Amino acid sequence: MAQLRKPYEQSYYPPVPTKLRKFKRVNLFVQFIRFVILNFKMLRMVRKH
Amino acid sequence: MGRLVILGAGIAGHTAALHASKKLKGKHELIVISPNSNWNWIPSNIWVGVGFMKTNQVTFPLKPVYKKIGATYIQAKAISIHPEGDKETDSPFVMIEYTKDGKIGKTEKVKYDYLMNATGPKLKFEATEGLGPGKNSVSVCTPSHATEASRQLHESIERMKRGEKQTFVIGTGHGMCTCQGAAFEYLFNVEYLLRKKGVRDKAKIINLTNENEIGDFGIGGSHIKKGGFITHSRIFTESLFTERGIEWRTGIHVRNVGQNDVFYENLKGEEKTVGKDFAMLLPPFSGVGIASYNKVGEDITSTLFAPNGFMKVDADYTKKPYEEWKASDWPSTYQNPTYKNIFAVGIAFAPPHEISKPQVNPNGTQISPTPPRTGMPSGVMAREVVYSIIDMMNGISDKPTRTASMAKMGAACIASAGFNKFNGTAVSMTMYPIVPDFERFPETGRDINYTSGEIGLAGHWNKHLLHFAFLYKGKAKPFWQIIPE
Repeated sequence: MAQLRKPYEQSYYPPVPTKLRKFKRVNLFVQFIRFVILNFKMLRMVRKH
Repeated sequence: MGRLVILGAGIAGHTAALHASKKLKGKHELIVISPNSNWNWIPSNIWVGVGFMKTNQVTFPLKPVYKKIGATYIQAKAISIHPEGDKETDSPFVMIEYTKDGKIGKTEKVKYDYLMNATGPKLKFEATEGLGPGKNSVSVCTPSHATEASRQLHESIERMKRGEKQTFVIGTGHGMCTCQGAAFEYLFNVEYLLRKKGVRDKAKIINLTNENEIGDFGIGGSHIKKGGFITHSRIFTESLFTERGIEWRTGIHVRNVGQNDVFYENLKGEEKTVGKDFAMLLPPFSGVGIASYNKVGEDITSTLFAPNGFMKVDADYTKKPYEEWKASDWPSTYQNPTYKNIFAVGIAFAPPHEISKPQVNPNGTQISPTPPRTGMPSGVMAREVVYSIIDMMNGISDKPTRTASMAKMGAACIASAGFNKFNGTAVSMTMYPIVPDFERFPETGRDINYTSGEIGLAGHWNKHLLHFAFLYKGKAKPFWQIIPE
């Protein structure tokens, strides 16, 4: 949040996402693909045990 | 015919009971003892705590399920374990006390051939003055706690709508807490709700955590390969906190929760106070406090249980410094070393030590997360251990046949960051192994190809789907077996 992004305060240093990154996080098309990939990763983890 | 008694019907106990029912039917007897009449999908309590769900959406009655799978269900709590029997009987038994209406307080002996302890934790609110429901903070550990948290949260929202400013303090209520992931989820769901209600500008949200750095989550954090870098989860977590305008204070041991403030000490040994209008602070856990006696009635609780009340299993409990910790310290069969027909899974087993590096401040106060062993690992170890027990009951082996070490087990974890099917988000993480193994993976302790993390709407879809999937599985509906732990 803007009021926290002051020099030398804790929130000054971490990376923050761009507008494009934030858009992609909730874009239905992008997220459908991520949904498939995430489930593949999780199933791979389940099968590993 | 043998008898398997399972203490507890949470994620571990209920998973074990479901799997046992498949294999034991007709051959051996299965008894489940739980003080609660309902099963609770605990991960969704977060959504109850912000008002996105009601209690009846995260719970269901256990009795009909156990009737369906052919198990005997007793609504009671275990008081003591008698692994050698007593003066009257040579058979090992558990002394139980009924919690069901009409029988409350009545005690009874329940004999067993094999015993699985899956009681989960005692919520130790009394460890911090003023902590917990009915005092000066709320919790999301149970559906009733979460319902009260939601009520108080919405009261604060009403005040903000009238123009008042509110400070929300969310996190861990003691230096030795676990479940930082639950605090993370609640923080982000509250922040999301406040934005949706149009009052975010009136709210200051502060995370108090016993983690040395945020993103530790009691597992020492994890390293993720992304964008050409191998980056620690601390960086991603700090980024999320900054993006959502949440302040964080790390290395915190809360000493007192007052009506209007929280008094704490930090890793530097400083004593500080933060004002609050609303506080959701998680309690530390301990074992549920089951005693144990030998045949002549002598107290052998320390043989069966560690001082924190969790049950001793096949872990290496030798005290040693962090630098000497090994993956092999962690248990694999979950069998008690003294009484070979007793096992403990989920939160009920005593871990050999923390996973995160322990920290002590100049005042001598230990401030470090205790190891998480809930959710997926809890279910996996319950399944493997119950299959071991069944093999032993069937005479296939006299030793456990299956292993489920957290140092050889992976985990997938989804942490909600806002509940909405179109703009909600959740952090999806996978890691292998849960307990870092620096002998196998010298750089980060984990296999970087299996360790990942990202935030997005897809994570929320998954989290919401898993909510329905696990409730379906918990009810033992057709083909429940295909839903993994």
